[in-house]
Amino acid sequence: MPTPPDDRQVIAASVTLGAAVGVFAIAFGVGSVSAGASVAQTCVMSLLVFTGASQFLAVSVVSSGGSALSAFGGAVLLAARNAVYGLTMSRHLGGALPTRLVAAQITIDESTAMATAQPTPHQRRRAFWITGASVYVFWNIGTLIGALAGSAVDPEVFGLDAAFPAGFVAMVMPHLETPRGRAAALTGALLCLVTVPVLPVGLPILVASAGVLFGVRRP
Amino acid sequence: MTWLLVLSLAAAAYLFKVTGLVIVGGRSLPPVVERCLALVPAALISALIVKDTVSVGDELVLDARLPGVLAAVVAARLRAPLIVVIILGASVTAAARAAGLD
Repeated sequence: MPTPPDDRQVIAASVTLGAAVGVFAIAFGVGSVSAGASVAQTCVMSLLVFTGASQFLAVSVVSSGGSALSAFGGAVLLAARNAVYGLTMSRHLGGALPTRLVAAQITIDESTAMATAQPTPHQRRRAFWITGASVYVFWNIGTLIGALAGSAVDPEVFGLDAAFPAGFVAMVMPHLETPRGRAAALTGALLCLVTVPVLPVGLPILVASAGVLFGVRRP
Repeated sequence: MTWLLVLSLAAAAYLFKVTGLVIVGGRSLPPVVERCLALVPAALISALIVKDTVSVGDELVLDARLPGVLAAVVAARLRAPLIVVIILGASVTAAARAAGLD
């Protein structure tokens, strides 16, 4: 089946983001093993937890001597936004229960942002699956490489830490076309900015959800 | 790192992801909820951009990421393809770092 032209942009961007994710995954694999996790634990974490920020946080708490409970608590706070993404994606993803159970595992920042940036329901679904699958594959291969190799290139040398916010900038653009979209975006950004220094890591993104309240008023 | 921590994290992470997708499912929601959910990407992606650009942990930090993301904003406003925006953002940040900015 030939690839429809709309998919090509999504695939190119997904693979690019995936490659950046892969380099971070190598760094995660290295960090996790040097924090005392086995190769198996490290890989199972990437396969099953599959929420990069939470995994990095858990490993860094453990390696700095923190308790398992504080590692768990911090990681859970960071993972909570995926519940909001799930609510949003439930409007766009069709499919029977088994499909949704699989879709859940790849309901993360990148797949939700890429999907909701697309103009039609069909493209939204395709973008969700393509991006989620790409990130999943790269994240897990990178984790394995890092866990086995034990040394990684520094993602920051290549500016890869800026690849994600840069991509999100492009993905948020279609949401800024309406006044209430702009109001929600501005509110979310400001709430995050002012709460980062005062709230535990993970909470600012949840607080930023208050921006959706601009939807309460009838258009 | 213990298996208990790995597996309880996996369970918690999946529970979050699956809740909205399965419990709400394909059901239609009250219009007010639909209108609010439609604004989730605007609010949350903007917050993610802020977090990923100017913070490290719970500190605000200005470093080489900012010029990269500003370049991405310009490119995105000029309607450059997503892949171009991503590569430009990373390249400008890498160049700024190579030039001595943190």
